[in-house]
Amino acid sequence: MDALNDLFLPPAKSTLASQTDTLFWFVHLSSLALTIGLIAVIVYFVYKYRRKSEDEVTPLITHNNKLEVTWSVIPLILVLIVFGWGYQVFMNQRVVPDDAYEVNVTAQKWIWQFQYENGARTTGELHVPAGRPIKLVMSSNDVIHSFFVPDYRLKQDVVPGRYTEMWFNAPDPGESIVYCTEYCGTDHSNMLANIIVHEQDDFENWLAENAGGASKPDDMPPAEWGKQIAQEYACSTCHSADGSQMVGPTWKGTFGSEEPLADGSTVTVDENYIRESILEPNAKVVEGYPAVMNTYQGQLNDEQINAIIEYIKTLK
Amino acid sequence: MDTAESSSTLNKIQVQRFKPDDNPDKHYLNEETGLWSWLTTVDHKKIGIMYLASITFFFFIGGLMALLVRTELWTPAKTFIEANTYNQLFTLHGAVMIFLFLVPSVPAALGNFILPLQLGAKDVAFPRLNLLSYYLYLAGSFIAVYAIFSGGIDTGWTFYTPYSSSTGGAVTTMTFGVFVIGFSSILTGVNFITTIHKMRAPGLTWDKLPLFCWGLYATSIIQILATPVLAITLALVAMERILGIGIFDPALGGDPVLYQHFFWFYSHPAVYIMIVPGFGVVSEIISTFSKKHIFGYWAIALSSLAIAFIGFLVWGHHMFVSGQATLASMVFSFLTFLVGIPTGIKMFNWTATLYKGSIKLASPLLYIFGFFFLFLVGGLTGIVLGSIALDVHLHDTYYVVAHFHFVMVGGMVMAFLAGLHYWWPKITGKMYNETMAKIACGIIFVGFNVTFLPQFVMGSQGMPRRYFNYIEQFQPFHQVSTIGSYILGLGFLMVFYYLVKSIYRGKQAPANPWGSRALEWQISAMPPLHNFHHTPVIINGPYDYHKPMEEFQLGLAESGNGHGHDVEVTKEGEDLSAE
Repeated sequence: MDALNDLFLPPAKSTLASQTDTLFWFVHLSSLALTIGLIAVIVYFVYKYRRKSEDEVTPLITHNNKLEVTWSVIPLILVLIVFGWGYQVFMNQRVVPDDAYEVNVTAQKWIWQFQYENGARTTGELHVPAGRPIKLVMSSNDVIHSFFVPDYRLKQDVVPGRYTEMWFNAPDPGESIVYCTEYCGTDHSNMLANIIVHEQDDFENWLAENAGGASKPDDMPPAEWGKQIAQEYACSTCHSADGSQMVGPTWKGTFGSEEPLADGSTVTVDENYIRESILEPNAKVVEGYPAVMNTYQGQLNDEQINAIIEYIKTLK
Repeated sequence: MDTAESSSTLNKIQVQRFKPDDNPDKHYLNEETGLWSWLTTVDHKKIGIMYLASITFFFFIGGLMALLVRTELWTPAKTFIEANTYNQLFTLHGAVMIFLFLVPSVPAALGNFILPLQLGAKDVAFPRLNLLSYYLYLAGSFIAVYAIFSGGIDTGWTFYTPYSSSTGGAVTTMTFGVFVIGFSSILTGVNFITTIHKMRAPGLTWDKLPLFCWGLYATSIIQILATPVLAITLALVAMERILGIGIFDPALGGDPVLYQHFFWFYSHPAVYIMIVPGFGVVSEIISTFSKKHIFGYWAIALSSLAIAFIGFLVWGHHMFVSGQATLASMVFSFLTFLVGIPTGIKMFNWTATLYKGSIKLASPLLYIFGFFFLFLVGGLTGIVLGSIALDVHLHDTYYVVAHFHFVMVGGMVMAFLAGLHYWWPKITGKMYNETMAKIACGIIFVGFNVTFLPQFVMGSQGMPRRYFNYIEQFQPFHQVSTIGSYILGLGFLMVFYYLVKSIYRGKQAPANPWGSRALEWQISAMPPLHNFHHTPVIINGPYDYHKPMEEFQLGLAESGNGHGHDVEVTKEGEDLSAE
């Protein structure tokens, strides 16, 4: 059974995952039994009653009420069990424990951002303490995304203009992958994140270290910090640093260059243009690229934008 | 007193036997010839064939896209096309297969050809409307194809807002194409319902109606009631894109989840538009090839209607994780399980029909058994997905992709191919190569399972659908699936090859090669232009294999020439009994 579990299902890393798995196997194994049974009957009939001559006459059997009621009622009972069971597990997934630790999740093309109680912010990495219920309050900045953690057997759409929530409790430290499962465009399949489960003490330390979020680490040069931000905020999902072609223009050699715009004019890439492109991406779109970038207004502060500009300057 | 009354309500009509002609000089294809006769025909048979040709064309277009998608998935990163191209390909694969192939496949192609023949009618109730349906379908298809070349679309066939209201490309054009095709679907539904109510031959009471007609009847109800909702929804999307009216886009004050409700209110019943006529085909073929009365006629007939009605109330099971209320999810889950019951009843009844039959494993029946297994898997995995907690894990993964391909391809396409093989001799007057048909059926069955069984496994493990890149642990599953898709493609090409070849080189088909009792087999090998030279009279059900063939070939005697039998018929046309 364990081997089967490993082949078909990801590891169960939340307190509720095993409830889903038990139901998963109940429905699949009873379906398998039904399939084998019905196919065996058909194969037997096809062999036993194969046509031996073209003049064969078959008996007239139009219906059989007892038999038909039986094979309507038994499946009905079975599916009602599956319904009730599935609903019960679903309720467990929906009802958030009172003492849950809250983290805010913001989705946008094509990154996951997480905000913690003390102002700490992360992108693409969700840090949580082990053995404690975690409640995610989620919303989207653009289109619908969906937060899917196979290890927890959980999924919830993240919708613009409203909040959705989900909760889990991961008993052991470790990592789990997060997928976006609502199609959201070009880089949909790159919209991944990692959940990193810490021991309670390690989590407290991590949280304290990252308190306040967006301020420059003391001993880091701006360009290096900019590189770090570009990765955290997933700029590098669309803008390459090595000249390769991606969704957006590459950053290599872009600073100081003249770029043709979609409206036919040209622009010199300087500090002001980069700042404008971060805060109002659709104001001046470089020719040949889709206008799909979202604004980072309110997400990056001036210090961070300056650091990104410094970083771009170094990409000659 | 009693005798006097009963004789006053009874009329005697004279009938005589009309033996079908195995090799008629004149039939529907050679009485009127030339391109113009096709383009302006109001003959349901020719319209059916034009549908058949069109959907075959789009099936191969959609299939080609599927192969490109599967080839791209050979490696975890880019294999040979860009992400944006990939996104357009899976979108178009879905849209073409659903709107241009599956929805019109059995009803418009086979249904058009067979329905009036089974009813003993000369045509459908509104022949000109029927031709209009075809041209609307064609116009919608051209608009959709134009959309592909004028920017394409990358929204998925579901056109979910707000993505579809904000992305570039030809979304508006494409939705307009689907909108037009929707009208074709509605008109076909109206036509079929009227035909079934008003055009049945004398004696063809509701309890003698072939189950294929019951299937088409249920389908037509769904087409008429559900398709307008899709049309309205797509019109609203177009208004949002063109006029900037906020209906679904939250940036404009709309509600994106409302779109999902509207969309699935059509698209879930649409699943039944695709599969219910397939059920009808299955009933016909099982009975014919086991030479046996169908088991539980009313259970099968009424379960089609039950599916049609309950099918309208389950759309929310596509939205368990969309953010809809927990209570709504519970109700939708409950109703979803209810719709599984009539489907299960059908499976059991078909199996019971085989009991003590005289079973000949000819290619149409072989395709039906392919249907049986694949549809069973598709249906039971639907039970898995209907259970809310399991759907939370499996929603939008490859498990769902595999599930609906088992239902739509494994179920519907197999049933369609079975029907095509079954009625091919009637449609073309030719027999195809039976050995090749059996081999092709085997190849399709194997190819299909190799393609889609691994998808259940990787879906359960968490592989999301519509992914251009994927993590490496899924690669073996994707590669097996891709190989399977090539085998599947080969199988379909083979079917195309031997069927087309049979038109030119095939043996002449007799009028009733399968020994069926159904009415469409009691006319000449290729049907006459107006189907029946006589007015058929029905005294037995289409599955009464315990009665001799002569009793199924009766028609109104031509001006009582003395060779006929007397048949008693009440004034209401009910309760016929031969004397």
